[in-house]
Amino acid sequence: MSPLKIEKGASSHSVYALRDPHSEIVEKHTLAVLVENEPGVLARVIGLFSGRGYNIESLTVAEVDHTGHRSRITIVTTGTPAVIDQIKAQLGRIVPVHQVHDLTVEGPAVERELALLKVANDGEKRVEALRLADIFRAKVVDSTLSSFVFELTGTPEKIDAFAELMRPLGLSELARTGVAALKRGEL
Amino acid sequence: MARQMTGAQMVVQALKDQGVDTVFGYPGGAVLPIYDEIFQQNEINHVLVRHEQGAVHAAEGYARSTGKPGVVLVTSGPGATNAVTGLTDALLDSIPLVVLTGQVATFLIGTDGFQEADTVGITRPCTKHNWLVKDTDKLADTIHQAFHVATSGRPGPVLIDIPKDVQFAEAGYIEPQKARTSHYQPKMKADIESINDLVSLIEKAERPVFYTGGGVINSGPAASQLLTELVEGTGIPITSTLMGLGAYPASGKNWLGMLGMHGLYEANMAMHGCDLMINVGARFDDRITGKVDEFSPGSHKVHIDIDPSSINKIIRVDLPIIGDVAHVLEDVLKVWKSRGRKTNAPAVAKWWEQIGEWRAINCLSYKNSDKVIKPQYALQRLEALTKNHDRYITTEVGQHQMWAAQFLGFEAPNRWMTSGGLGTMGYGFPASIGVQMAHRDALVINVAGEASWLMNMQEMGTAVQFNLPVKQFILNNERLGMVRQWQELMHGERYSHSWSESLPDFVKLAEAFGAKGILCKDPADLDDAIMEMINHDGPVIFDCLVEKHENCFPMIPSGKAHNEILLGAEAAAFSGGGALV
Repeated sequence: MSPLKIEKGASSHSVYALRDPHSEIVEKHTLAVLVENEPGVLARVIGLFSGRGYNIESLTVAEVDHTGHRSRITIVTTGTPAVIDQIKAQLGRIVPVHQVHDLTVEGPAVERELALLKVANDGEKRVEALRLADIFRAKVVDSTLSSFVFELTGTPEKIDAFAELMRPLGLSELARTGVAALKRGEL
Repeated sequence: MARQMTGAQMVVQALKDQGVDTVFGYPGGAVLPIYDEIFQQNEINHVLVRHEQGAVHAAEGYARSTGKPGVVLVTSGPGATNAVTGLTDALLDSIPLVVLTGQVATFLIGTDGFQEADTVGITRPCTKHNWLVKDTDKLADTIHQAFHVATSGRPGPVLIDIPKDVQFAEAGYIEPQKARTSHYQPKMKADIESINDLVSLIEKAERPVFYTGGGVINSGPAASQLLTELVEGTGIPITSTLMGLGAYPASGKNWLGMLGMHGLYEANMAMHGCDLMINVGARFDDRITGKVDEFSPGSHKVHIDIDPSSINKIIRVDLPIIGDVAHVLEDVLKVWKSRGRKTNAPAVAKWWEQIGEWRAINCLSYKNSDKVIKPQYALQRLEALTKNHDRYITTEVGQHQMWAAQFLGFEAPNRWMTSGGLGTMGYGFPASIGVQMAHRDALVINVAGEASWLMNMQEMGTAVQFNLPVKQFILNNERLGMVRQWQELMHGERYSHSWSESLPDFVKLAEAFGAKGILCKDPADLDDAIMEMINHDGPVIFDCLVEKHENCFPMIPSGKAHNEILLGAEAAAFSGGGALV
């Protein structure tokens, strides 16, 4: 028998083609999980991660098909290739889960996150905050004499970078949605 | 127009339409409307247990011995929480159950009402799926879905939580044929490419072995027949997990006996030394693999399983085949025959010679005694005196369970009911009740230890009330035998809380329940006593006083590899490993 033909990043479609099984490198993967929007479905998904000791870096969920009662859960998780494969297989056996897509290996994919940042400041710092917001294409969605609320959309890294710049300028609160992601192209 | 009926009537109607003949349960406030309907009909037998855990284990025994889903009906709150151990047991052993729980009325949910518990929350991790039905309109449909989910793919327990007002309200009944089709349709047939790959491996293998598990039993009797045909046709040796015993007959010429922590020497050595391992419906449990890094180092591994999450979970395999065991084996047989029934016969013959040498070690040998009953001897006599009966065996958990697996022979599937994955002490007695309900004329024996048996001894009331002639064969060593064995071997003989100081008089206990008790302590009396047990028409507690410090061998100490298996004589030399479980 021939050894497995291992292709890098081939595990999302079939368990017959596995990535390097012995790799101990921890990878970050974005999973899109399409589920029946029934009570408790999110608890099942989260319970799976906590019960089996998997990591959740970010999680977003909303109903995306109101007539078909389908929700889309986007999960960013980390693990070795073996753990990522287990996570996908375990998600796939939850009864109300219809599909599991690993956007990281099926890719390329578009990933976006939305953040709201409240920055309290005055004087020159106000001007500096507005200038940086302009560079990052953040929108001002609330403004008072002593604070702004910025809205920023982008990759998690972009939001991290913006938040770091805002911190010395008076960042007081930060709300992030977590990642939403879609595969590029192909219908 | 659909027939109008109350939710409670719907439950009973849906159970009938699903072919249910037996329900194990215990009434309480939140299920009274359903019990009222059960009272008014005769098609479904209700078995009143004495504790809800007993109901779930009884349903497991019923399911495992028939291949049909077991059905349980219990009340809200404590009724549901008492069912949790049984649900977890069924989940780990992939036993199909449909458990109906009552719930407080919808308008009381969340108010900490009397006997309210978050049943779907509590049971979410210990069921395959569960539902809270808040609308009578959806009740019948949900029950039909529940049966579908419990029995399709890898089977498992499901739970439906039904608030009391939903049971009282009226709605239209939906027949099973008209129920929503579920998107949950696990794949049964495997890709033909992987079947061809497996046949190529079988044709060339020099040292092949079949390693089979509970999945063969779950796949139905056809799977066991196909497995037997493939094993006999190819001449490949076969071993099985605890859960898979009976899929291939113990009298079959290729049978190596059970493998694993207390498996036979030849079975474990064959696993370690093989060049082709064909896993059929087993899951590389830690009691099987021992030390994962040193597990069967030189073999190509094939894994047939209906659950993709079982693949590569513990052991990386070379050829995964996802599908139902019966479907896959049918295809494998077809392809293997069409390609000319080839095997590497000379090499396999040499492999059998090697296995013969391992067998000659006679790993199950023990020192018998004419003064005290050795537990192994008791089981050998039980085997000899019952093997020609229409016999079903259940067990509790511990040394007696392992000895039963080693010394009793199973010729057909669905004849052996034991708690494998969860290892639930207290499983065997209620399970024997469930088996006897399904097979009223069969000889049903629960091989037990006294400590496990006491955990659900209240079910004597059930056995007597329903006139179920279950035989409780208790190997009484007045110890928690397996705990004591580990303490002796790994914890410096410090026997911390592993014996009972005030055991009941089991004969008197049987009589107190209105059953028969038999005490046996002399090896010379054993055969007559066992015959007396078999011939008594009614439940029996057989108190078999055995050697108190007997150890169960062979044993692979946890964290060790298959080839580091200990035989009885070597055990004295072993020390260490105490930090492992």
